Amino acid sequence: MGLLDYFRSSRHRGSASVAKERLQILVAHDRAERHRPSYLPKLQREILAVIRKYVEVDLNAVSVNYEQEDSREILELNIVLPDAARQ
Amino acid sequence: MARIIVITSGKGGVGKTTTSAALAMGLAQKGNRTAVVDFDVGLRNLDLIMGCERRVVYDFVNVINAEATLNQALIRDKRCDSLFILPASQTRDKDALTKEGVGRVLEEMSQTFDFIVCDSPAGIEHGATMAMYYADDAVVVTNPEVSSVRDSDRMLGILSSKSRRAETNAEPIREYLLLTRYSPERVATGEMLGVEDVQEILSLDLLGVVPESLAVLNASNAGVPVILDRESDAGQAYGDMVSRYLGEQLPHRFLEVQRKGFFSRLFRG
Repeated sequence: MGLLDYFRSSRHRGSASVAKERLQILVAHDRAERHRPSYLPKLQREILAVIRKYVEVDLNAVSVNYEQEDSREILELNIVLPDAARQ
Repeated sequence: MARIIVITSGKGGVGKTTTSAALAMGLAQKGNRTAVVDFDVGLRNLDLIMGCERRVVYDFVNVINAEATLNQALIRDKRCDSLFILPASQTRDKDALTKEGVGRVLEEMSQTFDFIVCDSPAGIEHGATMAMYYADDAVVVTNPEVSSVRDSDRMLGILSSKSRRAETNAEPIREYLLLTRYSPERVATGEMLGVEDVQEILSLDLLGVVPESLAVLNASNAGVPVILDRESDAGQAYGDMVSRYLGEQLPHRFLEVQRKGFFSRLFRG
């Protein structure tokens, strides 16, 4: 590395740290996904279809979350009803 | 009983075949009866890296289909008596590798070999899953680069869910990280992920770090596993890797920038 590069390189510092940050987020996300049961997307679609029989809701009104803790598994369903439906 | 080792990565071009050749040669040179098996059906390359491409008569698929015996298909290495190569088929359909057939051949090899090194194709398709299915140990070859690290992590997920050991609830596959094409200079300037970074993300035992080296291309040009080039940095790094795999505690080398004199620093490029 030449003398000029030495000063120049200090400005470049950090593309590796950006890579590391992106990877940490991505890998954490991939791993969480990996441990979810494979039936979740289908479950979500079917629940949505049932709800839409009765209430007109958005396609993304139903969210299904799966969490695994030491000794238990939690399946969390979240359904957002539109304002009009409550009246 | 042989120990079955898969060399895998997900991503292509990271050095799986180079590593398979080096590990197999290193193990054999230490007196272990070793076989190295090419699972890349349709795109065989291990024979080229091992320098035995003109001696291939029968291949892995021939053995699976009972068109040849194992002994007819195995090629004995000319440099090392205890090393054998089982080449992949060049032309056939890749579905020729059936789980049952691969299992049968590996079982037969297990009777006479100490180690079986499985060179996985890139990707996570059939050939790659067959290569890792029966593994006892896995060497995950990774470049210090985002797509390679991500693919390695995906591969780890597959190893822990789709292998025989996972399916039969046996003791899990032992997984090791091998970092290849490492450039200490670029790590020092902050433009390449360092060893600790990759280890932190993948949390795996580090089996070795192989520096980016001209010796690797020279070795593949000549059909000589780079581990035989003991003068070269890559050859020595692979030598260390084999010793570590066999349980020796060795410090990692080639992680630091080679020190240059003041004048060469000032005037170079």
